[in-house]
Amino acid sequence: MDALIPFTTSGSLVDCVDKKMVVMLRDGRKLIGVLRSYDQFANLVLEDSVERIHHGAHFADIPRGVFLIRGENVVLLGEVDLDLEDTVPLIPVTLQAVIPIHLEDLEARRRRDAQKAKILYEQHGFCREGGEGDGY
Amino acid sequence: MLIFSVFKTLTDQEVTVELKNDLCIKGTLKSVDQFLNIRLDAIQVLDEARHPHMMAVKNCFIRGSVVRYVQLPTSAVDTQLLEDATRREAMNQNKR
Repeated sequence: MDALIPFTTSGSLVDCVDKKMVVMLRDGRKLIGVLRSYDQFANLVLEDSVERIHHGAHFADIPRGVFLIRGENVVLLGEVDLDLEDTVPLIPVTLQAVIPIHLEDLEARRRRDAQKAKILYEQHGFCREGGEGDGY
Repeated sequence: MLIFSVFKTLTDQEVTVELKNDLCIKGTLKSVDQFLNIRLDAIQVLDEARHPHMMAVKNCFIRGSVVRYVQLPTSAVDTQLLEDATRREAMNQNKR
């Protein structure tokens, strides 16, 4: 196994430390913060993190402070390009404006998924889905 | 270990990764580790309108456990060689 060490997660994330990163979680949340630490399971520590809520071209941030994310919940870790970030055509709005819409979005998605699962189970012989983390 | 080796030979190739949440990302494969975690450079998200948070991201790390498919360039994979290697690995495994 010694020959594999240069290819470990720990080798590949070292250049992301102290950079502004966006993390997608398995439950669909997006966190943005400065990556301070990580390990071979992709457990991550984010400092000065915010949870970003998107709706179409609008977004709002909820401050979350320091976040330790257990690796199994990580989908994707992206480096935020600071120059590109300024040119992105997204519109910041207040949290109050976006939260009710966001809750509606979540509810709509939950209903759609439930309906899809029902059809797959009843008409197409699939087994039931929807246990925790089953979508991944 | 075989598939890990295959991915290692594919570094610097253009691949498309489809995640289990239906997000599709095209980019240059930069590195792979033993969990099949993937580093992509110069990424391009298919259906960017549905994933606005990815607009400012140019390179990313994808956890192996959330990958559904990886689409590889046909020219970069020698299936004959891969088949032989698979048989050889299976044979070695039987010996043990």
